[in-house]
Order: sequence, then C-alpha cells, then structure tokens
Amino acid sequence: MTMHHRLFAILLLAASGGTLAGGAADTLLQTYRDQGAGPFQAETGRTLWTKSFTAKDEPRGCTDCHGTDLTRAGRHRKTGKPIQPMSPAVNPKRLSDPKKIEKWFLRNCKWTLGRECTPQEKGDYLTYLRNPDN
Amino acid sequence: MKSNRGMAAIAISIGLITTTGLALCDGGGERRGGSWFSGAAPGIERADTELYVRECGGCHFPYQPGLLPAESWERIMRGLDEHFGENAELGDPDRETLTNYLLDNAAGRVNRGLPNKIMSAQKGRAMPLRITEMRYFVYEHGEIPRRAVQDNPDVKSLSNCDSCHRRAHQGLYDEHDVRIPGFGRWDD
Repeated sequence: MTMHHRLFAILLLAASGGTLAGGAADTLLQTYRDQGAGPFQAETGRTLWTKSFTAKDEPRGCTDCHGTDLTRAGRHRKTGKPIQPMSPAVNPKRLSDPKKIEKWFLRNCKWTLGRECTPQEKGDYLTYLRNPDN
Repeated sequence: MKSNRGMAAIAISIGLITTTGLALCDGGGERRGGSWFSGAAPGIERADTELYVRECGGCHFPYQPGLLPAESWERIMRGLDEHFGENAELGDPDRETLTNYLLDNAAGRVNRGLPNKIMSAQKGRAMPLRITEMRYFVYEHGEIPRRAVQDNPDVKSLSNCDSCHRRAHQGLYDEHDVRIPGFGRWDD
C-alpha cells in the first residue's frame, strides 16, 4: 500500500465513522426537539458532565467512571472495569447506536442524578460528547 | 435442641420432596440427563449467547447461568434497577429473552457437574443473590487471603472470575488454570 492509499483509507474510515456517529446523534437530537427540547449547547453538556450530583446520599458524577478526558478510557469506580473512551473521534463505535445511547441514558441518569434525564439534558450531553470543543 | 432436630427433619423432607419433584419433571424428556446427581456432563455450559455477553458482560464477567439457581436469577432479573448498587435496567424484549436464557440454564435445571455440586452444597439453605455467597463458592475460595483478592488492585473482588481463572470465559474453573495476578499459581 502506498502512502497515498493509506491516507485515503484512513480518510474513508474517519468519514464513515463520523457519519455513523452523526447519524445516531442527529436522530436522537431530533427526537428530543420533537419532545419540546432545544436548542442544545455543548457548554451546558460539559457543565452537566463534570457536575457532582447527590444520589443515595453520596456524591455521584459522570466523570467518576468515565474520567474527565473524553479521549481516554475510563474505569468503573466500583468494579474497576475499563470503559472505552466516550469521544467518537477516538472510538468510532461510540454514539453510533440510538438504542444503546438511550439505554445508557436511562441507566446512568437514574444512577447518577437519581432520576431520568430530561430531553433537554440528554440533548446537551449528546451535543457535548459528540463534539466537546464546540 | 429437640426443636432444632425437628427443623432439620422438616428441611430434609422439603429437600427430598423438591428433589423428587424435579426428578419427575425431568421425566418429561425436555431436559438432558436426569436428576442433579447422576450422569452429569462435566463442568458447566459456557455463556455464549451474544445478547447475554453483550448486555450483561458489558459491565461484568458474564457469569454462566449454571452458577446460580433459577430462583436467584429470577429475583436478579426482577430488580435490575437496583442491581448490586447499579442501575442495569433493560428494555422488555431483551429482559425477557435473557431471563428465559438464565432460567433454562440455571443450576438445578441443567445436569452438569459444577451446577450439581453448587446445588448439592446448598442443600436446604436459602438461595442468595450473589454467586460469591453460595456455599460451594465460599468453601472453594475460603483459604484465599484478602491481600490476593480484595486488596489486590489487579483483582479487587471475588466477582471478577476471569482475573484469576484464565479459562473462566470458557466455563473452565479448574484449579490448575488459576493464576492470581502478582501471586501466580494457586494450589491448596
């Protein structure tokens, strides 16, 4: 494989990964808008992501398990099991499946915030996670 | 003392009735083998349904269904919103599919060596929710010091089967396969 071919392959992979992640996130963001939420902001998502909530009388937050750097793997705070990076830029499988995203929103919002997240919160989280630098 | 003996007699009777009941059920021909105690295939069925490994194994070692009796699995699957301190809720279709898989392959419902040992060690005792609280498990892991497991950052808990049992994913728990990180072989 020449350098050219390799570059092309990488670009193609990146593009398809991006489309997949974008597709699932776009679909869900539209769902949340249909439920009356929006507009969504990465900055609000970041604040929620790093916030410490209280549930079951103890402090809990997203970064307890996912870490603060979205491009690096996290570690489950109790079991120690590695959690793959949240950033679709380094982990193309992330945010590529709407059903999986909704499943984890349900579980992790209930555990971390002690309640389900609102469509507005989910939209802000998603907007932040897919593109943290915006 | 007398009443203790009376209780024991009742417990044994219940045990016998239950066992007989199961043996009769087995006569239906749906199950492989007979009762828990004879003609068992060795070891334990591996957990290899894709859905189970994905949904349950996504967070923890995918424990083979034969490590717990059906009544424990049933209670676990009814309480997924409070799953040992975590929320592990599943949508209805997946939860039903996985419950059926766990119940069909639970200890006491399959005739395999390891599940049979687990059930017979439990006898008339209550069925816990945790595999690590089953009597057979406690007996087999009783001599392992805390520093090798709970205080060992590479193991952390007896729940992490595959940290030490190198072929745990294949359902193989033979002592010869055990390598405790930082400690090596474990033979007692």
